[in-house]
Amino acid sequence: MPLLEAQGISKVFGKLTALDGADLTVGENEFHGLIGPNGSGKSTLMKCVAGAEVPTTGKVSFVNTDITAFTPTERARAGMSLKFQITSVLPTLTLYDNILLALQAQSSLFDLVLSRTRNRLHDQVMTMLTQFRLADRAHDAAAALSHGQQQWLEIAMALAGKPRLLLLDEPTGGMSLEERRVTGELLQPIKQHCSLVIVEHDLGFIRDICDRLTVLDQGKVLASGTVAEIQANKSVQEIYLRRA
Amino acid sequence: MSGAREAVARISEDVVTGEGAPAASAPARQASAGWKVLPIVEGLVLLIALVLPWVLQDYLTVFATRVVILALFALSFDLVWGYAGIMSFGQALFFGAAGYGVALMARDLNVTSILLILPAGALIGLTAALLLGGFLLLGRYPSSVIFVSLGTLTGSYAADRLARGWYYLGGQNGIPSIPPLTLGSYEFEEGPVYYYMVLAILVVVYLLCRFLVRSQFGLALAGLRENEQRIAFFGYKAQHLKAIIFAVGGTIAGLAGSLYAFHEGFVWPNMLGVVFSTQVVLYVLFGGSGTLIGAVIGTVIIEGVSFWLSDNYRDVWPIILGVLLLLVIMFRPLGLISFVLGERERVGRFGKAPKEAGNAAP
Repeated sequence: MPLLEAQGISKVFGKLTALDGADLTVGENEFHGLIGPNGSGKSTLMKCVAGAEVPTTGKVSFVNTDITAFTPTERARAGMSLKFQITSVLPTLTLYDNILLALQAQSSLFDLVLSRTRNRLHDQVMTMLTQFRLADRAHDAAAALSHGQQQWLEIAMALAGKPRLLLLDEPTGGMSLEERRVTGELLQPIKQHCSLVIVEHDLGFIRDICDRLTVLDQGKVLASGTVAEIQANKSVQEIYLRRA
Repeated sequence: MSGAREAVARISEDVVTGEGAPAASAPARQASAGWKVLPIVEGLVLLIALVLPWVLQDYLTVFATRVVILALFALSFDLVWGYAGIMSFGQALFFGAAGYGVALMARDLNVTSILLILPAGALIGLTAALLLGGFLLLGRYPSSVIFVSLGTLTGSYAADRLARGWYYLGGQNGIPSIPPLTLGSYEFEEGPVYYYMVLAILVVVYLLCRFLVRSQFGLALAGLRENEQRIAFFGYKAQHLKAIIFAVGGTIAGLAGSLYAFHEGFVWPNMLGVVFSTQVVLYVLFGGSGTLIGAVIGTVIIEGVSFWLSDNYRDVWPIILGVLLLLVIMFRPLGLISFVLGERERVGRFGKAPKEAGNAAP
């Protein structure tokens, strides 16, 4: 049974059909790349899965539960996490507090008011920061980080709640080559406990870390399969890879 | 009469410079010390507040009492807007509803005991805020800022109109001659005793608010203020958080409203309406939203300056005050407190630091 199964997802904005019956299936501990030309519907599919958009038609199942009508909060509590395309760390808070904010999301109101979970969560905060090479800046404001570091912080925040599925929308956007390489390294260890859906323009990056790919074109799934299968696929080569 | 006016001028200056002075001179010195500006400002304000009745003439102590009650009211708006980012343009609804409620208790039920009146006022504020907040803030998807601000504004306006038209509530004139607040056989008359009583309540509420905004709950509020959508994706029930802090704000506004009603001795429709609702927004913006002491300082300065200006520049004072407010809001969007308070300290930290600080209790 796959972890995530999106079936026949369509999304219509007025006269524009952004998605037209797209399917996406992601298994446990699978890194799944979502690629396609600009405007092919990658981000919209991601948002429909994450709950930022409600699909016009179609069904999303996650861990055998129909979550099509779940709010983002309910999806997060079911074990799904999202890193936005636009960096949205909380700039005035310290790195430490950014991570703590993510970690304490499911503490009870009572515990929050009495600050009872902070001690318990401290080690996890520092582990996340260390894992993403940000520990020495724990008490700087997030606004002081470079763009690449902010992306890492955001991935760390998205991973903090130990999700079973992480959705990453263009994690390497605006990063240097070195930063991209490090991002790949940082993502590898999470495979043990988490699946990944990743939208990315950098095909080299996608090829390096993903197990399977889904190619979208004009709102429809053009092909889906292992990286090798997709690379061998003639129509994908024509429509997408050739241009890249 | 001119002697009185001089006294007003002198006292108002004291009030202004007393809290304005550190704002003008200290920033560079304090910036390097880090972390310590807020307690100093808070201590200074408290000190001034404590000695005030000793140096003020009685009629000015009465004025100061009103200001302290309004500062309590300002705290309620600051929690809701400055900390949680909920644009409530109708905070006076809770203030006034509680004021009317306790006035009716006194008029129709002869209840004046402080032990009943204050809890009743807080409860009225809480109930009104739960009802309005439940309607405006709760829902499967977050409501827009415009919806919330117009909804609260409309609520406040409607309550004002309702009170004006309802004979039972005294119509335009409101409810006059509320008897004094009592404790046993003791009656709280205007003056130093009433002043210290409301000051004590302000200090207690202030400390509770401080505890709340510096807790992990305060961190969740900071997230709510900065990016509501983001924290919903972490799994926070953002709408619930908003409704809760809105209800806390309503409770404090209700407490302030009931103290105000008994202090003034009457309630009138303006207490519920847009004028009071806007005034409290100005207090907080002027002093510095998102800092508790900023709300208090803003109230003191705006009320002090209006008092002084209205006495000395009878015709043009609202214009002077308006320009002053505009200048602060244009050039100091974080309020007067930002002259002494750095960004880092304003945002502050949350919960007890376990290992970095080393001395925190478990």
